[in-house]
Amino acid sequence: MTSSSATALDFEAHYRSLGARKRLVTIAYGTLFLIAFGLSAWVGEFDPLKLLRSLPRVHEYAVKTLPTLSLATLWHDLNEWFYAPGKWLSLLWETILIAYTATLLGTLGALALCFHASQNLRRGSVSYWLVRRIFEVARTIPDLVYALIFVFAFGIGPLAGILAIAVHSMGGSGKLFAETVENIDMKPVEGLRATGANWLQIVRFAVLPQVLPNFATFTLWRFEINVRTASVIGFVGAGGIGQELYIAIARLYYEDISALLLLLVITVMLIDFGCEKLRHAMIGKEHH
Amino acid sequence: MRENIANFDAASIAAIRARHPLAFQAPLSVRLRNQAAWFAFFVLTAYCFWTFDLSPARLWAGSGTLLDVASRMFPPTVGDAFNDYLWALFQTIAMAFLGTVIAAVLAVPLGLLCARNVLPVRIAQFFFRRTSDTLRGIDQVIWALIFVRAVGLGPLAGILAIIISDTGTLAKLYSEAIENAEKKQVDGIRGCGGNPLQTIRFGIIPQVLPVMLSNVLYIFESNTRSATILGIVGAGGIGFYLADRIRTMLWEEASFIMIMILIAVYVIDWISKLIRRRLIGGAAETSGGLH
Repeated sequence: MTSSSATALDFEAHYRSLGARKRLVTIAYGTLFLIAFGLSAWVGEFDPLKLLRSLPRVHEYAVKTLPTLSLATLWHDLNEWFYAPGKWLSLLWETILIAYTATLLGTLGALALCFHASQNLRRGSVSYWLVRRIFEVARTIPDLVYALIFVFAFGIGPLAGILAIAVHSMGGSGKLFAETVENIDMKPVEGLRATGANWLQIVRFAVLPQVLPNFATFTLWRFEINVRTASVIGFVGAGGIGQELYIAIARLYYEDISALLLLLVITVMLIDFGCEKLRHAMIGKEHH
Repeated sequence: MRENIANFDAASIAAIRARHPLAFQAPLSVRLRNQAAWFAFFVLTAYCFWTFDLSPARLWAGSGTLLDVASRMFPPTVGDAFNDYLWALFQTIAMAFLGTVIAAVLAVPLGLLCARNVLPVRIAQFFFRRTSDTLRGIDQVIWALIFVRAVGLGPLAGILAIIISDTGTLAKLYSEAIENAEKKQVDGIRGCGGNPLQTIRFGIIPQVLPVMLSNVLYIFESNTRSATILGIVGAGGIGFYLADRIRTMLWEEASFIMIMILIAVYVIDWISKLIRRRLIGGAAETSGGLH
């Protein structure tokens, strides 16, 4: 037996043992996944048979929401379908403004706090810990829950919704902002510190120029999300088109549902498209 | 010799300024555009504050009530329904898990059909993209309310809502990952005579799988957060109890449920981070987590 074939045999054995180990790991994780899936199906009362039985009902529901449109009387039918365009469009406009105001307030809050929550610029362990927890609570409690509480405190109307979305946005954006700040190039910070600049000056002249493009991208992204959220806060009485939608769905005004959802989807698509254009206009020069 | 900047006197600076005006100031058109943008921003913001009556007086009045509510939230008390809460919390997580897994599978074909490099037919691509936009453009809570009406109260409606909206989201994320995949492997498989399915299986999937898995994990984290509210409209989970306790002003119990949610989300994020590190090796640590 030559040494080279011995090496080859060694190699074969090693390869096989590695393969066997990989298979074992895959089986172990697969089993774990299946157990998790089975447990979830049990706890979540997920019954495939019930699902199959309910599919025809979903279909029936979807068909009912479709309006009767015929080519001969198309204009009349469309008018019938969108019977309150003025009211709906003004509610949509209100929804967008709610999202805008909330994004603005939330972003300002995140901007004010995020530097305290980043490892490299923190001003002390107490404020660091505190701001991190504030961000966590703000983004983990869902916006609809804030909306419920704020409706109680500020009364029914858009103000409660704006504040709810703003608090939630502050938490979400704040975390992303802080992570961005943690990834900056520290040389300008050291340079400014060497000149005797104070903390605010460092943030303004060494950090902000580096992170502003990213912050702008996140904020536009956040606005897109907030438009979607603003469309549902009306479910709990916090303004926007949600209330109208809730009534339509709850009282089974089928054709209203499809009309409102269509308007909503078109609005969301236009806003996503506009934000995309804006994003490219702002950062396109650097990234393309 | 290099000139020292300190040696410039006012006259020479003025001369340089005259020679290179654009180095000191943006062109007039750009300045005007920026000023117009700032003006529009201030007008719109002022209009919003006015129309929504975001006045200090109102905020002050509301924050009094809010402080009162906050003080009533302490100490958080469980009441006599801890087992119900715990079960509902597990149900929320189960809904998020099932919804994410099923959506992750359903989104694969849709994501492939949305990708420019897989299906180079403009009209079909437009159709599939708008489909995923529609699924994604309608908020999960709206889907939940619709499914509650269609299939009845309970977690099934919530699971369906998660499946529908996340199939749209994941299809978009998948298709972006697929479009960013390296073309060389695809060409290689094609060059060996691979059919379209084999090209996808061996040319694209191995490249994008880590990114797809990372996206799925991120969506799962986001779903454990968002699934906590589906109960508000009767679609199962802890949200039902939370909304009920807030509406009946049982603030100590509401805060207890919120703390339970915080802990659950914290644990899920931690597990998800472990899995991410294990599966992807930190390579595809994409930024995410907007929620």
